[in-house]
Amino acid sequence: MIELAGIERMFVVGGQQVHALRNFDLRIADGEYVAVMGPSGSGKSTLLNLIGLLDRPSAGQYRLDGRDVIGLSDEEQARVRSRKMGFVFQVFHLVPRLTAAENVALPMVLAGIAPAERRQRVEKALAAFGLTDRAAHRPDQLSGGQRQRVAIARATVMGPAVILADEPTGNLDRATGEEVMAILDRLNAQGVTVILVTHDAQIGAHARRQLRMLDGALVSDTAAEAMTA
Amino acid sequence: MRAGDLLGFAVNSLAAHRARSALMVLAMAIGVAAVVVLTALGEAARSYVVSQFSALGSHLLIVFPGRTETSGTFPGALTGATPRELTLDDALALSRRPAVRRVAPLTIGSATVSWARRSREVAVLGSTSEFVEIRRFVMAQGRFLPSLDPRRAQPVVVLGSLVRNELFGAANAVGEWVRIGERRYRVVGVLASQGQSLGFNTDELVILPVASAQALFNQAGLLRILVEARSREEIAGAKAAVVDVLRTRHEGEQDVTVVTQDALLATFDRILRALTLAVGGIAAISLAVAGILIMNVMLIAVSQRTREIGLLKALGAAPGGIRTIFLTEAVLLSATGAAAGLALGEAGTAVLGKLYPVLSVAAPAWASVAALATALTTGIVFSALPARRAARLDPVVALYRR
Repeated sequence: MIELAGIERMFVVGGQQVHALRNFDLRIADGEYVAVMGPSGSGKSTLLNLIGLLDRPSAGQYRLDGRDVIGLSDEEQARVRSRKMGFVFQVFHLVPRLTAAENVALPMVLAGIAPAERRQRVEKALAAFGLTDRAAHRPDQLSGGQRQRVAIARATVMGPAVILADEPTGNLDRATGEEVMAILDRLNAQGVTVILVTHDAQIGAHARRQLRMLDGALVSDTAAEAMTA
Repeated sequence: MRAGDLLGFAVNSLAAHRARSALMVLAMAIGVAAVVVLTALGEAARSYVVSQFSALGSHLLIVFPGRTETSGTFPGALTGATPRELTLDDALALSRRPAVRRVAPLTIGSATVSWARRSREVAVLGSTSEFVEIRRFVMAQGRFLPSLDPRRAQPVVVLGSLVRNELFGAANAVGEWVRIGERRYRVVGVLASQGQSLGFNTDELVILPVASAQALFNQAGLLRILVEARSREEIAGAKAAVVDVLRTRHEGEQDVTVVTQDALLATFDRILRALTLAVGGIAAISLAVAGILIMNVMLIAVSQRTREIGLLKALGAAPGGIRTIFLTEAVLLSATGAAAGLALGEAGTAVLGKLYPVLSVAAPAWASVAALATALTTGIVFSALPARRAARLDPVVALYRR
């Protein structure tokens, strides 16, 4: 359960204060499939980074599974990220010098999981995303779709409760994008909370719940509309 | 992260920037090798000088006329008196003391020595039969000076090997009569070539009985008296005895200077050790330069790998973990560099040892250890800042940087 209340996020850009998020409230239950949409600069990515504990709000409250996570130290937040969050990025963010298998293993390496168990879980993850024969390839030897699948395998290998995907299809063509979305759909069907940032309505339509943002504020939420309807 | 993974990750990222890593290793290696080779040279020079002194004979006391005070003058300086000369009788008196094993009076001058039609200007040393043992000279032919009463001016001479060669060539020297100055002496022996000893080439000497030399140069005084103590423990006793005897003989005035060879040796040892340290220290500066290079390159690496750092943070790496990753890389680099430098230094030392077999060139263990420690310390110290910068990177900024 993700609970945001009264979240403010201000940046200073070129001496000017920019309100990326203003008085933002949001609750996302376990297992939801949420698409955050809106024009660029509306605060979508900032919201995702706050949820993923990569960023700290200027004000407000964030409770993750009932626990206040804003007050945690950097080290404790890193542990929460390691256990509960999986990130998928528009530009994939694979480490170029590591093979697909090594990239997938990276979160487990950082968490200090034993090599034997790592090998097993990497094999399983690669198989699940159809990448077994690409295990020893480096990112520059993979297609865009394959790279994003490696990234998703990496995001899920620690068994996170939440997948945070920032424009996961932004660098892919329509068909490959749909393949990647099918994977996210499947993960959500398995009970993982998926939060997706996109400006593409067709991609956003994969989610059961759509949030629309403008200037750091929520302008529409299909869940709320369903309740009032 | 596990230690093995940390190491693997570091090796992997260093291997990805092969040229850069190789250059850093090279810089570190040159620094360490410089420390090793230079201290090895310094140590070799030190042990060379020490061994040269030891060749003079151990437990040696050297007696000079005149008293050297820290003020640089002697008691008679103000009253106009000159220091009393050391005499042969002084030397003989010293030889009767129990702590003293041998005494060799020493006088020196220069004269022309000639045989047949050849002649040569040589340094003439006057001494006694005991001189050969005190200086550990080896005879090539014949005997050294006869051990008769030193007060008798016998017409005999011992030639240095070079003097012999130049005068006699292939002819037999022992038993021949040579002319030195206005007198004639019979050659009783030839010294084996001993080479340089403290810059004094014994091969170019001729040695006369002390009384003969005094007569030749018409002087009663001695240049100095060499005194050999019975043992190392008795050096102090012998020194006291020498001072005591000479004061008594010189009417209660202490007008001689007694230097123990140990003191001389210790002084040289100290000076040369300081020199070695200084040279090693200068070489260590190159290690500091290598450290700064490592810092510079690590800073570049941090900014080049900003996105990777952001990713690692997103994947659950804590700031401490990021710092450890970068420190590990730096330590690995400097350790590799230090190891390479040590090997390079040993190789260089071996080559020097081959080129100058006289010097026993070998880096002392402490120098290698110090070089290694300095390399590792500079590596860690100078990568602390880049590692901290990496650890403190804002993951959002790092991830979204283009």
